[in-house]
Amino acid sequence: MLSQIVSALIVMVVGVFVAAAYFYLTNRALDLALPDKGDVVTASRNLRTRAMIRPWLFLGPAVLLLTIYLVYPVIATFILSFYGRDAQEFVGVSNYIWAATDAGFRQSIFNNILWLAVVPAACTFFGLVIAVMTDRLPWGNFAKSLVFMPMAISFVGASVIWKFIYDYRGEGQIQIGILNAIVQYFGGQPEVWLAIPFWNNFFLMVILIWIQTGFAMVILSAALRGIPEETIEAAVIDGASGWQIFWKIMVPQIWGTIATVWTTITILVLKVFDIVLTMTNGQWNTEVLANLMFGWMFQGGGDSGRSAAIAVVLMIAVTPIMIWNIRRANEEMKGR
Amino acid sequence: MSIGKRLARIGLPRLIVNLTVLVVVALWVMPTLGIFVSSFRDKDQLTVSGWWTAFSSSERNEAGRLGALDLMKQDGPLYVISGNVLEGKPGSVSAFGTKAVAPRAYKAGTEADLGDGIKLAINSDGSYRYTSNAPFTEDNTGRRIYLAVATPPVFTMTNYHNVLTGEGIGQSFVNSLTVAIPATVIPILVAAFAAYALSWMSFKGRTLLLAAVVGLIVVPLQMSLIPLLRLYNDVGTFLGVPSKTYAGIWLAHTAFGLPLAIYLLRNYIVGLPKEIIESARVDGAGDFEIFTKIVLPLSFPALASFAIFQFLWVWNDLLVAMVFLGTDKDKLVLTGALNALLGSRGGNWEILSASAFVSILVPLLVFFSLQRYLVRGLLAGSVKGG
Repeated sequence: MLSQIVSALIVMVVGVFVAAAYFYLTNRALDLALPDKGDVVTASRNLRTRAMIRPWLFLGPAVLLLTIYLVYPVIATFILSFYGRDAQEFVGVSNYIWAATDAGFRQSIFNNILWLAVVPAACTFFGLVIAVMTDRLPWGNFAKSLVFMPMAISFVGASVIWKFIYDYRGEGQIQIGILNAIVQYFGGQPEVWLAIPFWNNFFLMVILIWIQTGFAMVILSAALRGIPEETIEAAVIDGASGWQIFWKIMVPQIWGTIATVWTTITILVLKVFDIVLTMTNGQWNTEVLANLMFGWMFQGGGDSGRSAAIAVVLMIAVTPIMIWNIRRANEEMKGR
Repeated sequence: MSIGKRLARIGLPRLIVNLTVLVVVALWVMPTLGIFVSSFRDKDQLTVSGWWTAFSSSERNEAGRLGALDLMKQDGPLYVISGNVLEGKPGSVSAFGTKAVAPRAYKAGTEADLGDGIKLAINSDGSYRYTSNAPFTEDNTGRRIYLAVATPPVFTMTNYHNVLTGEGIGQSFVNSLTVAIPATVIPILVAAFAAYALSWMSFKGRTLLLAAVVGLIVVPLQMSLIPLLRLYNDVGTFLGVPSKTYAGIWLAHTAFGLPLAIYLLRNYIVGLPKEIIESARVDGAGDFEIFTKIVLPLSFPALASFAIFQFLWVWNDLLVAMVFLGTDKDKLVLTGALNALLGSRGGNWEILSASAFVSILVPLLVFFSLQRYLVRGLLAGSVKGG
C-alpha cells in the first residue's frame, strides 16, 4: 500500500517534471532554431516566426488532450449512434427509433424533465433565501459554511447518508431511519420510500438539492453584496416594504447571476448519474438518461449504438446552454 | 453596509430570521451527523435504536433461560437455582417476565410469585434467585424467561477498524489518493501554460480557441465514454498493456478538467496588470521567463482554487473511475468501494456509515481548511460578468 502511495507521488513529481521539461525544452529549441542574431532581415523574420510558433508550444499539450478526450469522442459518439451494438454495421436512425419507443427511455426522459423542473429551481430558491437571511446574522458565515459543506461530499457518500435516512424496517419494529421514525412517531405507517413510484424521484432529488443549495447560496450571496447601496436607499425612502425591496429591487439586479446558477445546476442535473445508480439503479421508475446510458454501455456485453444514441440526446439537451455560455463569454472578452 | 443591515433597518423581525436559519442549518447538518454518530456506535445497538438516541441507553427485549436443574441447591426448606441472566454481557435488567406476551410483567428487584410456591427475583445487575418449596422437576434446560435489558451507550472504533482492514476501504483509500494527487497536479501545469498563451500572446484563432474551451466545459462526460473506452482497449491491445491503468485515468481526469481549468486561470491571468508584463518584455524577458517568473507566482490564488476543485472532483468521482479504472476489487476507489458495499452490505449500517465517513473525511478536511479558495474559485467560474 505504502509503495502505491510512493509511486503515485513519484508519478506526480515525474509528471510535473516531464511537463516542465517539455515547456522548457521546446522553448529553448525554438530559440536556438530561429536565432535572433545575424543580419537584420533574417533576425526579424525569425522573431516573427517564433512569435507565431510559440503560442502553440504553450497550447500544445492542452489542445492535444482536449482533442483526444473531448472533441474526437463527441464526433465519434455521434457516428456510433448510427451503428449497431458492436459498431460494425450501419443501422441508420434505428437506435433513435428504438429510443423513441422504448419504455425505459421514455421513463428516463420523463424523470429527467422532472429533475430539471424541480432541482435547479429549488436550489436557486433555497440558496437565495438562505443567502439573504444569513447575511444579517453575526453567525451568518458559520451557518453558510455548514449549508455549503455537502458540496464537498461525493454523490455516492451523499447517497449512503440519505439511504440511512430513508431506511425501512418492517412494521412494528424500531425504525432506525429518521424519516420512518418521525412518521411512526406521529402515528403513520413506515414506508419503503425509494420504492414508491413517481414520488421516489423526489426523494432522490432531495439529495442533489441538499448538495447544490450551498453552491447557489455562495454565489448569490456574493451577488447580493454587489448590489449598489443607493438603489435600496431610494426604495426605502419611497416607502417600499422588505418584501417589495427583495423582489423588485434586489432580485432584478442579480438576475444575471440567478441565470448562471440556474444553468450550471441544470447541466449538473442532466448528467446526474451516481445518485440514481447507488440509490435505486433505476428501479421503481427512477431511471434517468445518464444511468440508462451507463447501463447500455455494459449490460449484456454492451450496446454501443443505443448507448451512444442516449448520450447524443444528452448532448443535444446541453447544447442551448453551451451556445449561451459561449456568447456570454465572447461578449465579456470583447471588453478586453 | 451589508444587505443585512439594510434589511434590519427595513425591520424584518430578527428573532424569526435567527430561528429559521437555525432550523435550516440543523436540517442541513442532520444527515451527515446521523452517519457520523452511527459510525462510532456499537453494531448491536445500531440495529435496534435510532442514532438520535445514541447518547441515552437503549432498552430492548431479550429472551433467556434460567439455570438448569443441575444448579439446584437446597437452602433450608427451599430449593434454589441462582445465577446471573446477563452472563457477563453489559447492561442492566429493568424488567422481566415469564411469558412472551408479557415480557415486562415484573420490575427488576422485585420478587414475582409464579404460583405453586415458586418465586423468581431478578435484580437489575442480572443476578437472580429462583426458589420453590418442592424440588424443581419440570424443566431440564432451564426455565424460559424474558428480560428488558437496558444497555448503556457504547462507542467504539471497531467499525472503522473493520472497514479499513476487512472491507477493503483501506486499500481503496490508497487507490483514491493514487488517482487524485497526480490528476490534480498535472492539469494545473498544462492549463496554466495554455491560459497564459490565451491571455498574453497574440495568434490566429485565439478567439475561436477560447470559445471552444468555454463550450467544452459543459460537454457531458457521457459523450466521451464509449469512444474512449474503445480507444483505450485498442491502445492496450496494440501495446500489449492492460487498458485500465492509473496512467489512463490520470490522463482522462486531466483532460476532463482542462476546459474549466483553462477558463478559470485565463480569467485570472488576463486580469493581471498589463504594466508588469510589458515592462518585463521591454527588459528583454521572453514569454517563457515572464510566465514562470511573474505570472505563475502571481496566479497562486487561482491555481489553489482550481486545485481544490479538481481534487474534490476527482476524489468524489465515480463514473470516470468505473469506466477507466474498472471495478476490480484491488483497484476500486473509495466511491466505487462504497457503491459496491451498498450492494453487498445493504443493511449493515455499521459498515456503511464508517466507510462513508472515511470517504468523506478528506474532502471535508480540504473543504474546511481551504474554503476561502473554493469560494473564490466558484465565483470566478460562474459570476464573471453575470
